[in-house]
Amino acid sequence: MKTLTHLERLEAESIHIIREVVAEAEKPVMLYSVGKDSAVMLHLARKAFYPSPPPFPLLHVDTTWKFQEMYKLRDRMAELSGMDLLVYHNPEAQEKGINPFDHGSLHTDMWKTEGLKQALDKYGFDAAFGGARRDEEKSRAKERIFSFRTSSHGWDPKNQRPELWNLYNAKKAKGESIRVFPISNWTELDVWQYIHLNDIPIVPLYFAEKRPTVERDGMLVMVDDDRFPLKPGEKPVMRSVRFRTLGCYPLTGAVESTAKTLPEVIQETLLTTTSERQGRAIDKDAGGAGMEVKKQQGYF
Amino acid sequence: MTDQTITKDKNEPVYVVDDLIAKDIDAYLDQHEHKTMLRFITCGSVDDGKSTLIGRLLYDSKMIFEDQLDALTSDSKKVGTQGQEIDFALLVDGLAAEREQGITIDVAYRFFNTEKRKFIVADCPGHEQYTRNMVTGASAADLAVILIDARKGVLVQTRRHSYLCHLIGIKNIVLAVNKMDLVDYSQDVFDKIVADYTEFAEGIGIESFTAMPISGFKGDNITTLSENTPWYKGPTLVEHLETVEVISSVDADKPFRMPVQWVNRPNLDFRGFSGLIATGSVKPGDAIRVLPSGKTSKVSRVVTFDGDLDEAVAGQSVTVCFEDEIDCSRGSVISVADNPPQTADQFESTIVWMADDALVPGRAYWLKLGTQTVSATIHAPKYTVNVNTMEHMAAKTLELNEIGVAEIATDKQIVFEPYAENRALGGFILIDRMTNATVAAGMLHFSLRRSQNVHWQALDIGRKQHADLKNQRPAVLWFTGLSGSGKSTIANLVEKKLYRMNRHTFLLDGDNVRHGLNKDLGFTEADRIENIRRVGEVSKLLADSGLIVITAFISPFQADREMVRSMLPEGEFFEVFIDTPLKVAEARDVKGLYKKARAGELKNFTGIDSPYEAPRDPEIRIDTTKMSPDEAAELIVNTLLGDA
Repeated sequence: MKTLTHLERLEAESIHIIREVVAEAEKPVMLYSVGKDSAVMLHLARKAFYPSPPPFPLLHVDTTWKFQEMYKLRDRMAELSGMDLLVYHNPEAQEKGINPFDHGSLHTDMWKTEGLKQALDKYGFDAAFGGARRDEEKSRAKERIFSFRTSSHGWDPKNQRPELWNLYNAKKAKGESIRVFPISNWTELDVWQYIHLNDIPIVPLYFAEKRPTVERDGMLVMVDDDRFPLKPGEKPVMRSVRFRTLGCYPLTGAVESTAKTLPEVIQETLLTTTSERQGRAIDKDAGGAGMEVKKQQGYF
Repeated sequence: MTDQTITKDKNEPVYVVDDLIAKDIDAYLDQHEHKTMLRFITCGSVDDGKSTLIGRLLYDSKMIFEDQLDALTSDSKKVGTQGQEIDFALLVDGLAAEREQGITIDVAYRFFNTEKRKFIVADCPGHEQYTRNMVTGASAADLAVILIDARKGVLVQTRRHSYLCHLIGIKNIVLAVNKMDLVDYSQDVFDKIVADYTEFAEGIGIESFTAMPISGFKGDNITTLSENTPWYKGPTLVEHLETVEVISSVDADKPFRMPVQWVNRPNLDFRGFSGLIATGSVKPGDAIRVLPSGKTSKVSRVVTFDGDLDEAVAGQSVTVCFEDEIDCSRGSVISVADNPPQTADQFESTIVWMADDALVPGRAYWLKLGTQTVSATIHAPKYTVNVNTMEHMAAKTLELNEIGVAEIATDKQIVFEPYAENRALGGFILIDRMTNATVAAGMLHFSLRRSQNVHWQALDIGRKQHADLKNQRPAVLWFTGLSGSGKSTIANLVEKKLYRMNRHTFLLDGDNVRHGLNKDLGFTEADRIENIRRVGEVSKLLADSGLIVITAFISPFQADREMVRSMLPEGEFFEVFIDTPLKVAEARDVKGLYKKARAGELKNFTGIDSPYEAPRDPEIRIDTTKMSPDEAAELIVNTLLGDA
């Protein structure tokens, strides 16, 4: 009898999770960040319900500071999947002109953390899919696949429901919601390989290309549009770079690379000696427990 | 910086894959694509070197990156317990609270690869108070690594971990005798431990296990056979993990079963049933049977996004279409036609209690098994098992982390198989109906004969005929509220009004019932639940005879009122909440009970030292501070008859 490969088992498990949510939640939504993990999650959702389109919308909690190429792919994927795309901007952040150059961590707090809470409340979603993986970060390693949030979106790591076999308890009181992580058990390598095998469209920024960059605090930052305030004497230099993770362009460090194909990207990823999230400023906040604290406050 | 500590052991990993990655990435990817997956659990306490072993596996398979290693090195110096050496435990102890306390509280999942397999490790705490976490981690595991400190031998916790793994049905057990470096790699020590363990394992029914001498700290027999143990002829830990058989391939050889998650119906031309295949395989043309209805058909297509399949096997998520339009929905189980699973509503099962609040026998809980969710009541346990000695002990309930055997009754027939034969159709969780928490995990043993043999007596004069004769629709007006809230007064008025309108009624009053039917019951939580259950059953019989039943009981627990509601046909149960604030009821104190309760003469008095759970969504709510008893009765009668 056929023994399934690890990717086949992971795929089946993720599809099972996505279907359970649709069967048991009242109003699910998929958080779509346009990165590679979102790309895999969206692809799994399409597989789960084929030939129907996934019976929930995509939600992009936008900061207005994403890379241009991300916006392009986002719109294309929504069309391809036949799903509704909801884009949410925190009106307060918009009004105050919150940006990553002047406002530091407030940028993430207001656009992303607050924006997400507002969007979920506005539409009344009671279950939200997210593309987080347990191998990303220590506090994620212990988070459940179905992660409960209070009506104020708080997470209590000491009060998580046990998850046995593949039985998920999706019951909740009015006002409470669930974050569901269908690709919890995937590693970075699994994600890349799955994208490769299934030919899933991803943002071209993951591949090396000559791009205008400046070096700041040891990080290579791409000058993606003319809102980038260049310091006196600072001049964008064309470098062959790519990105390991994608976020707001001023906060996302590029790595110098010549990897132009997926196998080359995977090769580079496997040979590298630093972990994936290192390029992100967010994890360095608040010491070792940075992400755990952020999650308790409602960060995804 | 760290090299002197990390590389001082001479064992180099055997599966250095970096060469292939650099030389031929396509070949590497091809290899990785075809890897199988093994999920395993590590059992043991921090003292046994469990975290160190996992850290070692991650490190040896290059799953620790330089930046993580930097953080680890600085953390080791700050809070580590290994002096200047790297404390691998810090790498895997995730939550901040755990780090401060130096213990692993929760289940954490770790990932690593070798050339042959991908591994998911459930890292579980070992202390007795974390039995539930271990059971959780074990539930998805193909294999368990049970760690023993070579200096200490087989301990109480070794027995506990082994029992739990065996209970959850893990067939592959590795006895890893760790810290061999601290006993001079002595074969005698190892052999003695293996002999002790063999005796114990046979006693609890573990058929086989694989023992190996290791040192997680030094790396002996982890990835390469150690020169320090020339007398050991078995495989290394990693070699064993790479070759042991995984559950999904065992499940594929069993009869076909697929619990239906979701009905896929994009348009009138397509109707498919989506699910994860639990056991067996399916292909177009196969004769199938849908449970519990028992209807049969043939498979017309096995649909996936990547195209129709010629065959799908256990572990795959697919969508199955039939040749005929037969009833099938979420909760149904699709099975091979000639060998279907059973259906039943009463079972014996093992239950692991996972909540701070103890099991309340007789109370209704949600039971989720596969994709079926039903209401279930648990009897008082036949016995509990002492997880340290395996002794059976008498018990009235199950407390947090206790394991017991008890009978379960569900409110309707469910499709099941004994857990030992099929995890997907025999494993279940219990959910508290008030808090929605997952309070227990359970494993079905078998169905009880009585549920198979007791058939409902088919009656010629049924409830419809009874009701028609009385020219009314039966109903149960269930009054609930604090003692002294005015339930009996208003219930009396309601009955009088209905009587005058030629309605056939019957009033069941709390005090009266306790003088007869329920005079054997006291006021403990369990007795109060039984009290309500009996009243519920009597109400149901009276309603079956066509009567309008009026009950007046405090009935403080939402779950119990819901249990009665679920006994009756939709629309016949009216929850009437007599909403009188405690202050007001206590001030009235018609029977002088509050005074006694306050003086400590009456125990378990609702509102004083026993909780009252107010209805969340009652059919009728009476605010007695704003309404006279007569007005209240009028409102209740109008609602009942207006609805009827």
